Amino acid sequence: MKLEGRVWIFKDDDINTDLIYPGKYTYEPLSNKEQAAHAMEDFDPHFSKEVEKHDILVTGNNFGCGSSREQAVTCLKHSGVDAIIASSFARLFYRNAINSALAVVECPQLVEFFFEKIEKTGSACTDFLISIDLSKGRIFSESREFSFPSWDDLAVQIFESGGLVEFTKQKLSGR
Amino acid sequence: MAQTLIEKIIAKAAGRNRVQKGEIVFVSPHRILSHDNSAAISKIFKQIGAPVVWDPKRIIIALDHAVPPPDERKALNHKIIREFVQEHNIEHFYDCGTGICHQVLPENGHVLPGTIIFGSDSHTTTHGAFGAAGIPIGRTETASVWAIGKTWLKVPETIKIILTGHLKKGVYAKDVILFLIGQIGASGANYKSVEFSGDTVSRMSISERMTLCNLSAEMGAKAGMVAFDETTRDWLDKRVREDYEPLSADDNAEYEKIFEYNLEELGPQVACPHKVDNVRSIKDLPHTNIDVALLGTCTNGRLDDLKIAAEIMEGKSVAPSVRFLVYPASKSVLLDALRLGYIEKLVTAGAQLAVPSCGPCLGAYGGILAPEENCISTANRNFKGRMGCKQDTGIYLASPATVAHSALAGHITTEQK
Repeated sequence: MKLEGRVWIFKDDDINTDLIYPGKYTYEPLSNKEQAAHAMEDFDPHFSKEVEKHDILVTGNNFGCGSSREQAVTCLKHSGVDAIIASSFARLFYRNAINSALAVVECPQLVEFFFEKIEKTGSACTDFLISIDLSKGRIFSESREFSFPSWDDLAVQIFESGGLVEFTKQKLSGR
Repeated sequence: MAQTLIEKIIAKAAGRNRVQKGEIVFVSPHRILSHDNSAAISKIFKQIGAPVVWDPKRIIIALDHAVPPPDERKALNHKIIREFVQEHNIEHFYDCGTGICHQVLPENGHVLPGTIIFGSDSHTTTHGAFGAAGIPIGRTETASVWAIGKTWLKVPETIKIILTGHLKKGVYAKDVILFLIGQIGASGANYKSVEFSGDTVSRMSISERMTLCNLSAEMGAKAGMVAFDETTRDWLDKRVREDYEPLSADDNAEYEKIFEYNLEELGPQVACPHKVDNVRSIKDLPHTNIDVALLGTCTNGRLDDLKIAAEIMEGKSVAPSVRFLVYPASKSVLLDALRLGYIEKLVTAGAQLAVPSCGPCLGAYGGILAPEENCISTANRNFKGRMGCKQDTGIYLASPATVAHSALAGHITTEQK
């Protein structure tokens, strides 16, 4: 399975779920479009207006730490983001992403490579392109190749089912 | 081979003799909890298409985040949950005013040592105080467990934290865990289970252990636990009617890391904006004025927390520049605190008393900050914007004693006014 897109660099560690999706919206039943409009609101207020379909995020350590709120994943998915490459992810965000079929890849070498390309910490929309081969564990960008550890089989099954909802439906119907 | 506590608990829940670190297993929880997010979970449950829930006795819902609902949308959210509860005969539903889910569950005897509690809330780690594995999961996963009664877990590595020594007067479990988060870091226990042990932990009350386990989430932990002992048994005896089988780690179990700290010289700690691992000794903090002081939440809203604050504030007045908010963690805590006179002391000193709930901690409802305001809080997160306003606000996390002293003084302090 291959993903290709333009790169956003979020140069920082510990970008938490409140920055990704503020708590004040968490207990309101918002539509996918409304969720997308609040994506990264407290980190980069311009992000939701400038993000495009198939964009790929590159960020530091412990991305998505904090709350269990799933909208932190789904607001990014609904805003068009196809994949997130981080040095590492917080556990709940990682699980939620797989369960929502949003590709999450841990590749500290690639993150370091891109972090060196911009000076300031914070958010930057770039012209760089990235291509991820999920099944082979390879990433291609700027004539460079990076590798990442392949997912556990169960995670792949859930992702390929289209997320945990579809996966559970299949379990219920005994498929 | 010797096993850690989480390995034994996962093996039992998976119906196995043993499990290997790194292995993925399907487990069934003893209980699964959710709160105001249950409306969103019920929507996903409907998408899955299961005709009935897996077990209406094991699903627990407590409304605690936006209580009582401040607007139409949040009221509708609660209404959807009540309808779901009725439709599916959910046996344990705790409506607005009963308290915070992590308090209500153990109070009502739902948390048993040696079991797994899944929770659609990141502070589900709190239940580790009872020798259970409180494991946070997301909404979709919760809906899936409602449907099929199980979900996947990867057997984690375990970090052992050994705490020794008597704490100085004025130093509490909250100071201990803030200190540990400062040492270990916000992602120091990511994907890992944490076992707290040592003589300091043995002497701690259940409430203090709940503070430790609650905040282990802020090191990234999948679970934070204190093994079952006499303190646990005494507390559970009054509340639990089911039989249970406590588990403990084997003596020669394999740990990824072992940290050992002697805490005799530890002073009061504070987590400064905007990360929970940005921890300092309060004596090293520059003069910091505060506008709001918050006592409560799943971290520190229990009877002993209210007692500590009430004793500090007795006969004194909150600084005119400060709004002092008190949110008891549950109805039961509120009633005990009323009987024992703590509430009278706090309210006389100037506290604004709220319904048992947790809204202000996450800016869901109540206690919202204005631009350029600072808050000293007993809560668990100080992320930018967490209390509803991000414009030049700062949240400082500390113990109930520090919050009480600071509310009186108008700035962050541990000194008696």
